[in-house]
Amino acid sequence: MLTSAAFEGLSWNLWADIVGLFDFPFMVHALVAGTAVALVAGPVGWLMVLRRQTFAGHTLSVISFPGAAGAALIGLPLGIGYFGAFAAGALALSGVSRGDSGTESRESAATGTIQALALALGLLFVSLYHGLLNGVSGLLFGTFLGITSTQAAVLALIAFAALALLTVAWRPLVFASIDTEVARARGVPVRALSLGFLLLLGLTVAATSQITGALLVFALLVTPAAAAQQLTARPMLGVALATGIALAVTWIGLGLAYYSIYPAGFFITSLAFLVYVSTRVRSVVVRA
Amino acid sequence: MSDGRHAIAISDATVEINGHRIWNDVSVTVEPGEFVAVLGSNGAGKSTLLKVVLGLVPLRSGTATVCGRAPGEANADIGYLPQRRTFDESSRIRGVDVVRLGLDGSRWGVPLPRFGRDTSRARVDEVIELVGATEYARRPIGSLSGGEQQRLLIAQALVRKPRLLMLDEPLDSLDLPNQAGVAGLIQRICRDENVAVLLVAHDVNPILSYLDRVIYFAGHTAVSGSPREVITTETLSRLYGTEIEVIETRDGRLVVVGQPEAPFVHGHRHDHAH
Repeated sequence: MLTSAAFEGLSWNLWADIVGLFDFPFMVHALVAGTAVALVAGPVGWLMVLRRQTFAGHTLSVISFPGAAGAALIGLPLGIGYFGAFAAGALALSGVSRGDSGTESRESAATGTIQALALALGLLFVSLYHGLLNGVSGLLFGTFLGITSTQAAVLALIAFAALALLTVAWRPLVFASIDTEVARARGVPVRALSLGFLLLLGLTVAATSQITGALLVFALLVTPAAAAQQLTARPMLGVALATGIALAVTWIGLGLAYYSIYPAGFFITSLAFLVYVSTRVRSVVVRA
Repeated sequence: MSDGRHAIAISDATVEINGHRIWNDVSVTVEPGEFVAVLGSNGAGKSTLLKVVLGLVPLRSGTATVCGRAPGEANADIGYLPQRRTFDESSRIRGVDVVRLGLDGSRWGVPLPRFGRDTSRARVDEVIELVGATEYARRPIGSLSGGEQQRLLIAQALVRKPRLLMLDEPLDSLDLPNQAGVAGLIQRICRDENVAVLLVAHDVNPILSYLDRVIYFAGHTAVSGSPREVITTETLSRLYGTEIEVIETRDGRLVVVGQPEAPFVHGHRHDHAH
């Protein structure tokens, strides 16, 4: 399927290799989609880490697996499965969370229950589908090769809408995240923002799943945000760093995958992990 | 409306939460610029007072006004510091950001960088200076001590120049020197900025010398008056309906003996897990 260019591997000419990335439409689509996803994953991930909702985020990503498998089973596009699942998942999670402090352990137990159910459903759908799906691994670990121009355009549109919503709700959302009670007393609609953020998180997870697969979503959502929070406690700088790291690992990861036989999800995750480890090492060195 | 003169005026108020009677005919007033402590056993309705003032808990009967308006309508004039856990090591946001959220966190949009004179930033710096937190306000709040965090949270509550400052057990997690420091700070703000202070306390002794008045909740009702009027063997025995003894130590601290639980006694503070 891939023509020789991709299989020739990396040359010694970096510029030629970069230009070579744009030879094929599928790669251009993947880069557009990856860029859109990374732009949203940065700020949303930063908020998710601030709100300590990484477990909820993980559950939403697991939920996108039965969503996609179910869509394949009944013959719908995978994207519809991903996005349908996130809406159901976010609503289920908001039913669990009461937006109050001090309920974290109960919340995470209930969230774990939902996560287990989601995995079981995904497995059921995949087995009902008799493996015609391009493998469970595609859903779990991502396939960027099949991204169409429509998909790329939809992801870009979603990214734009999500960023617009985030911009409008930014300050109350941060306020409600770090200081729920004071924010509520000051008239911030804490409950509505909490549900709204879960929906936005689900949307981002569903979009990210299409690049990295359901299980590696955290490479773009959590790792860059966690690394950024190691580097700075300034909010806007942290968001910018998280977004920058997400963009860089996406581009480099897709590029490396293009010139190798290994999946993009692996490269993106490993690069993000390397960035995170180096920020941890830096924090330790700075403190010492 | 004569109520406009009071910071808080509550009369004959009854409150029920989930069918449980919390208050029975409670009447309370707080005047502008007054430093008032709210005392009483756990569950006696102390925090309920703050929630009624903020409009978060409705009255079953009776009336309440806050700065001359209905509860909930005057929240822009109230600085509120809820009872809380402290920020832990993983809270990677600066103290100055937390204070800034108190100023404009309820507004939509993102904070835009200003060129030239930035009045919001100047106000944040001013209030941080007021609480003496300038030195560490730009460090991550999770890396600060309990006392430092509490000063920054007081700055957050003060940043919009409230007429009423309400603090729910602000001294509770602090060691003794920090209790004295923060109590002194609150009194200075009360006096210099002419802010009425309503402070819910477990232990009255760190603030005893600063108080204008105490409101003591017990047995679903409340009495108020000067500390020496209210924290007496007679008044508390009547309020609790049982034998209570108030002892004054030689250094002027008050110790209450014999009530269902003993919030005044040092070293006997209750661990109130929720």
